[in-house]
Amino acid sequence: MPVVNAVAASDRIPLLPVEELERRRRRQHSACPELWRLLDAVKDPEIPVISIWELGVLQNIERDGDTVEVTITPTYSGCPAMDVIREEIGQALEEGGYPHHRIQTRLSPAWSSTWMDEEARAKLEAYGIAAPVSEAGRAAPACPHCGSDRVQAVSEFGSTACKALYQCLDCHEPFDYFKSF
Amino acid sequence: MTTDLTRATADYAVRLGDDALILGHRLSEWCSNGPFLEEDLALTNVALDYIGRARMFLGYGAQLIGGDCTEDTLAYQRDCREFTNLLINELPRGDFAFTMARQYLLDEHALLFLEALQGSSDAELAAIATKAIKETRYHLRRSREWMLRLGDGTEESRRRLQQALEDIWGYLPELFAMDELERELLAAGIAVDREALEAPWRRAVSATFAETDVTLPADGWRVDGGRTGYHTEHLGHLLSELQFVQRAYPGCQW
Ligand SMILES: [Zn+2]
Repeated sequence: MPVVNAVAASDRIPLLPVEELERRRRRQHSACPELWRLLDAVKDPEIPVISIWELGVLQNIERDGDTVEVTITPTYSGCPAMDVIREEIGQALEEGGYPHHRIQTRLSPAWSSTWMDEEARAKLEAYGIAAPVSEAGRAAPACPHCGSDRVQAVSEFGSTACKALYQCLDCHEPFDYFKSF
Repeated sequence: MTTDLTRATADYAVRLGDDALILGHRLSEWCSNGPFLEEDLALTNVALDYIGRARMFLGYGAQLIGGDCTEDTLAYQRDCREFTNLLINELPRGDFAFTMARQYLLDEHALLFLEALQGSSDAELAAIATKAIKETRYHLRRSREWMLRLGDGTEESRRRLQQALEDIWGYLPELFAMDELERELLAAGIAVDREALEAPWRRAVSATFAETDVTLPADGWRVDGGRTGYHTEHLGHLLSELQFVQRAYPGCQW
């Protein structure tokens, strides 16, 4: 994946994928910032502390006359939350006074867990879900409850397709791990 | 694209959608029947990925076909002879060894196939492949581990896995067969060259089973027909369940 930040290999500096940089620019330079703020209220129904903007699902908002055009991208192909998200976007727009809207799904660029920023990752952890650890998806997460590195994978698939099931060997609590994807 | 090429691409997308839909349905049959809870969740999550894949391919096919064709009419309103999935996907789920052996052999194939499809000159097919390959990497990691556990496990697990491989083997050549439609699309840079996938697939599969006590069956018998709508007797039973609600209450929504 191409990266924008060319600072030499340092784990401390998060590298932003190009497509994520472009997504943030679309918001920054948007002609309708109030609509982005309005849709910040739409959360992932399965992780209700993260908004669809923070998750990276919300790709673009544009106005075409009196119609609002929203572009979203699915996390996983079969993610059942997408239908709910689509409905909630429609509802938020209607309640905000925008009755005319089109919500389209775009597959490319394919969603990546690397689009979530530090704040979103912190919210995940506080909610009890370990945040994705690396691009390769092989390294183990730390326990979101006690911070221990001594964890074991119980299953590649947890409560949803985007999560794996882990258990902490120190505090013995099971936890969901948001897979690196 | 010319009209002919558009129609051929639509048929191709529908084939790939049928493959995903039928396998996804077979996997979903494990819901509440898995050997233990984690495995039940894993199988149904993989099933969900395949249903999602089916929606993307069938949705694209429907868009190219046009008119009032949708992913739903393709999934629910066609009969056996109109389905073009490969036969291996429709075989009954069998025991756990059979389900995992089929899954592993298909995951190795999917990885190679989707890698190639990412380079398709058709932007939508390439985008679907880029999305799906990430999921397939996870599927393969798990199904490969199961081959090692079952193939290197107890006498019973080895026997069942060996039997599964024997039962599946003749359905595999269809994965690597090209017909006129796919050759035409390959020439246009749209389709994947299936024949080119066979050698790397065999290498990967041989390497996995070399770590186990099961032996790969010899090539011999083979069955074809899925792409031309000639199916096993199992597909009709599968569709009667998959399509039941739409057949009983046409066009119903909830
Ligand atoms: Zn812990």
